[in-house]
Amino acid sequence: MKTFFTILGASVAFFLTVAMFGTSGWDRPPLVTQQNGFRGTAMAQIHTRDGVAEKKDANLAPAPADPAEPGEELAGTTYENVQVLKNVSVNEFNRLMASMTEWVSPEQGCTYCHNTENMADDGLYQKKVARRMLQMTQHINAAWKENHVGGTGVTCYTCHRGQPVPANIWFTDPGPNRPGGFIARNNGQNMAAPSVGLASLPYDTLTEYLADKSIDNNAIRVNATTALPTTKGKPIQDAEKTYGLMIHMSEGLGVNCTFCHNTRAISNWSQSTPQRTTAWHGIRMVRDLNGNYLEPLTSTFPPNRLGALGDAPKVNCTTCHNGQSKPLNGAHVVEAYPELATSTEVVSAAPPATAPPEPAPAMPAPAPQ
Amino acid sequence: MAYYQNIFSEVQVRPIKPEHGIPVDVDKRWGTPFNSYLFGLIGNAQVGPIYIGYLGALSFACGLIAFEIIGLNMWASVNWDPVQFVRQLPWLALEPPRPQYGLRILPPLAEGGWWLIAGFFLTASVLLWWLRLFRRAKALGLGYHVPWAFASAIWLFLVLGFIRPVLMGSWSEAVPFGIFPHLDWTAAFSLRYGNLFYNPFHMLSIVFLYGSTLLFAMHGGTILAVSRFGGEREIDQIVDRGTATERAALFWRWTMGFNATMESVHRWAWWFAVLTTLTGGIGILLTGTVVDNWYLWAVKHGVAPSYPHVYPPVVDPLSVSPTTIPGGAP
Repeated sequence: MKTFFTILGASVAFFLTVAMFGTSGWDRPPLVTQQNGFRGTAMAQIHTRDGVAEKKDANLAPAPADPAEPGEELAGTTYENVQVLKNVSVNEFNRLMASMTEWVSPEQGCTYCHNTENMADDGLYQKKVARRMLQMTQHINAAWKENHVGGTGVTCYTCHRGQPVPANIWFTDPGPNRPGGFIARNNGQNMAAPSVGLASLPYDTLTEYLADKSIDNNAIRVNATTALPTTKGKPIQDAEKTYGLMIHMSEGLGVNCTFCHNTRAISNWSQSTPQRTTAWHGIRMVRDLNGNYLEPLTSTFPPNRLGALGDAPKVNCTTCHNGQSKPLNGAHVVEAYPELATSTEVVSAAPPATAPPEPAPAMPAPAPQ
Repeated sequence: MAYYQNIFSEVQVRPIKPEHGIPVDVDKRWGTPFNSYLFGLIGNAQVGPIYIGYLGALSFACGLIAFEIIGLNMWASVNWDPVQFVRQLPWLALEPPRPQYGLRILPPLAEGGWWLIAGFFLTASVLLWWLRLFRRAKALGLGYHVPWAFASAIWLFLVLGFIRPVLMGSWSEAVPFGIFPHLDWTAAFSLRYGNLFYNPFHMLSIVFLYGSTLLFAMHGGTILAVSRFGGEREIDQIVDRGTATERAALFWRWTMGFNATMESVHRWAWWFAVLTTLTGGIGILLTGTVVDNWYLWAVKHGVAPSYPHVYPPVVDPLSVSPTTIPGGAP
């Protein structure tokens, strides 16, 4: 009896130890700590050397195509039905088309978007989406240059990574409940959702905070700005939603809370890092892209490209960042493609535009369909 | 091996005829007592009989009802899928009503009504259990130290689930019933109220909590260390010091210049344990009702230090351009 329990106890302890080491996703030492705040504030980014190297290799920017031969001919006059890139030279236009194929549909080739009998034909939905995505790319590189994307800029590859549908898109999460019978309300949380890092936090926080372009600017803020209560504050449920969004940002960028915040006073701006300002604008950029570029494409996409509730695929922080604080290792991908740096629909937009001075709102270009 | 060096009790007392203890006026003990080797490893080898009584039966019934309501709601939230119920159990919860229901006595069942019913039965169960502890202590002629210590824990439980939500005017302020969800709630609570670490009663609660573990380790270690001299008979030695007591006292007087006594160490431990939840409850009660942002409160009262800035000034972008279109252009 006694021997039996001793052996049983020892083997249970042994297997639990093995399970703990084998299944918990530990980081193998040595860990590298990079301090990014005043000493004593515990502001630091913690990585493993292997992890950093692995991520770097997985996010290599593709080499830009050879520069185009100079030419005067414009794509808009040479080709039919060129709407967005009409003021780009024919050589530049063809170079970009070849690059887009490499970035987005390397296996499917030109026919992924084009009817090869008539390249001007808009019959395939992919072509209409691609046209809007070109406008979106130009909009990001022009209007969001100063506040978010900076000199790195974006190309199709930043999100697509050689796939027609980027890996990290998202749809509104309708939750697990089906109609009929006794439906327990889970308050939109408690289901180990990947979008909030498998926590039991609200799983559809992205729809509320990233899909609505006309949301109140203070929606994410839950902290009181005075020590003592002055008005009825926000409920804890709102704090959980904000927490869920922040977990998404942390996972999407591969950083921890202290990359942007001094966590002793999360909401305090003067103690935050400059990255928080970039991230704040990034949230606005994502709302802008979802509201003005992706949602209007809902009727263009075939049903199999839509979410469970018939909503268009949307972007979040991970879509571009893919686990890095600077996508594609911070490579200046747009430099080799000046036609993507600014709108090419009007001739006057020759120099790459910087963001307009505040508070003038740069409205996105209208959809050409 | 010396028996006091083992993690389990090596000596098991197994009465031939089960102990029934002192006679009491009303004896509602139930079950046939038996000896168990496994129980003997961690406590007394004799199991039972247990005193049930109407308070115990009622408390158990109320607790079972609450447990069932919570469990069935969790199961329903995965569409009654037994595999998913087991797989997702740590994530599942029964959530309190949403803020718009305020303090409504019974919102729709699926909208938090079940939470209120479960909370009612759980509270009833806990309070009945407290009464039962009190009455059993009285029946045995004991002091009421255990019931009062339990009352301190109940205070924190009631503050979290009843008193504070009532003061805040909404059941939505209460804690969900669930394993990870109540932990996420705790983190969100601290985030919402500007960092609970700056709440002085939270500080006190942590001191007493960690202090309790320290005292427990010191006391447990001391008694085990002198058990070769009969130290485990510590209660006798409160009034009749033996060599175990003398050695234990000397050990601490030599190492830290001061020692507790066989009696006072238990008062230390009792107060530390009781004050953990007592101060914790006060801290929770003040949060949101009296103080809305503990960090700012700490700055106001000179508790939070200021650190030098290592970056150029970072300002709230919203304060720079308040006219920015929400969510829209840069």
